[in-house]
Amino acid sequence: MTAVAAPAARTARRARAATQPAMPARRKVSWGAANAITIAWTLFPIWWLISLAFKDPTTLTDGSFWPQKWSWSNFSGIFHGSAFIRPLINSIGIGLISTVISVVLGTMAAYAIARLKFPGKALLIGVSLLIAMFPLISLVNPLFNIERVLGLFDTWPGLIIPYLAFSLPLAIYTLSAFFREIPWDLEKAAKVDGASQRQIFLNVIAPLAAPGIATTAILVFMFCWNEFLLAISLTSTNAARTAPAAMGFFTGVSQFTYPIGSIAAAAVIITIPIVIFVMIFQRRIVAGLTSGAVKG
Amino acid sequence: MTTVAAPQAPAELSREERRRLSEATRAERRFGWLLCAPAVIVMAAVAFYPIVYAVYLSLQRYDLRFPQQTHFVGLSNYGVVLSSSIWWRAFAVTVIIMVVSVAIELVLGMALAMLLYYTPLWRGLVRTSILLPYGIVTVAAAYSWQFAWTPGVGYLAGLLPAGSAPLTSQWQAIGIIILAEIWKTTPFMTLLLLAGLTLVPDDLLKAAKVDGATTWQRFTQIMVPLMKPAILVALLFRMLDAFRIFDNIFILTKGNNGTGSVSILGYDNLFTALNLGIGSAISVLILIAVAIIAFIFIKGFGTAAPGTALERR
Repeated sequence: MTAVAAPAARTARRARAATQPAMPARRKVSWGAANAITIAWTLFPIWWLISLAFKDPTTLTDGSFWPQKWSWSNFSGIFHGSAFIRPLINSIGIGLISTVISVVLGTMAAYAIARLKFPGKALLIGVSLLIAMFPLISLVNPLFNIERVLGLFDTWPGLIIPYLAFSLPLAIYTLSAFFREIPWDLEKAAKVDGASQRQIFLNVIAPLAAPGIATTAILVFMFCWNEFLLAISLTSTNAARTAPAAMGFFTGVSQFTYPIGSIAAAAVIITIPIVIFVMIFQRRIVAGLTSGAVKG
Repeated sequence: MTTVAAPQAPAELSREERRRLSEATRAERRFGWLLCAPAVIVMAAVAFYPIVYAVYLSLQRYDLRFPQQTHFVGLSNYGVVLSSSIWWRAFAVTVIIMVVSVAIELVLGMALAMLLYYTPLWRGLVRTSILLPYGIVTVAAAYSWQFAWTPGVGYLAGLLPAGSAPLTSQWQAIGIIILAEIWKTTPFMTLLLLAGLTLVPDDLLKAAKVDGATTWQRFTQIMVPLMKPAILVALLFRMLDAFRIFDNIFILTKGNNGTGSVSILGYDNLFTALNLGIGSAISVLILIAVAIIAFIFIKGFGTAAPGTALERR
């Protein structure tokens, strides 16, 4: 019931804000200050990476928060040769493939959980939550050994398959929360008109569920994009190493210099898609993360 | 609203009733299982089979340098781990990081949730900036903190007395790890608390205000009790997540100078010591620790297991 209540509360709050008389200036200043502190706190580590990435290599160690001499050379450095390009392609490919498969399988399971009666449903929800809470390190040992035997070690499928397993709980969870908010009378109407379960799923429900599916896809992609432990444990070369995992293997100009500029530039590059997602889909991400979690 | 709720699943059926299940019900069951099957197969293959395999490996002497000497050794790997001061130090570091970071995140997350919910200005901007740490790749953020605290490079290291290298001293490094963890994961806490905050009825707060309750009273007497389920679930999620901390430590200190968590120890045992038996024993112990934390929360505090909350709806 509360899933419906939440957006209503939000609308009420907005309506109230609109009808309120103009705020006293002092309150405005204190809210503004609180907002500014929050924004500064979240942005300064990100700005620091940007600053390092744009510093000219000769000024990297000046400790200045603002680049004294701007340059693109760190970026041109990492895009020269395949040390970063190949992992970046791996990250994009593995992320996209995992996301598509995970969302498709998750949509099927979440529809069943939200709409169909069948024994074992509660068990499925419990088990997928258990997996979401699993300490990944517990699986690194066995997966490492299994993948070596099966020849999956250091390949794309070797990462995609575990990513599927760990993103499926997230997908099922978020999607079933969304599916519960769909007006199901439409389904009844379709049933009356003689549509089969399968037709109802494909022609009525799936289009209505599209926003939830998009949100889930973003969250799953962000999970795969972020993942580090499996990415360094189940790969050994750039054949499948993803961008976060490859950054630790960057080499400096000589073996004694630590490649700060290259790492900072790579970190900025892999942050760009996240910033774009957050800016465009912020409302959806908030809804997706909160809808499944605590209301009930 | 009741039209939204899924119809209740039938209670336990007697054998006779089960025989009378209509063809449509049976078809619905089959379709439900069919839809869930692929997801179940993937999760079972990647999560459950390996766990069983990890338990099996943990009972073997299995050193990747001497694979032909692999044999069954019973519980002796567990004995080795549990009697080692290295394990207990990693365990203590993990618990300290978990408790301190989650405690601070709860306070900070609550403040940010209030800010997001009540701020009359720049709402979209604040929301975007709070989501950024959640979305950013942990490794990228960890490098930012590492460079910031590296003497001769970072702006933060410059604030410290000359000659100090905070990332090489145990307690300072743990402090930085906690800082990085808080920065990265407070947004998640914030969002979970925000979901709880939207469930507090505005009328109740207004009524209390009319009755003369102070802001603090309204917070502790109305908001916190009503938000308790959300708070407990947020704490549970974040504690389980913090217990498996790996990325931040791996980048910031590699676990050197007594800053390694249990996850770092498990990783090192596999890839540095190449000892699958010991590594698997550590894996199983971490899993047990996580299960204990979850059990305490669900039984002790009455946290609704999130799955049951989902079912109830």
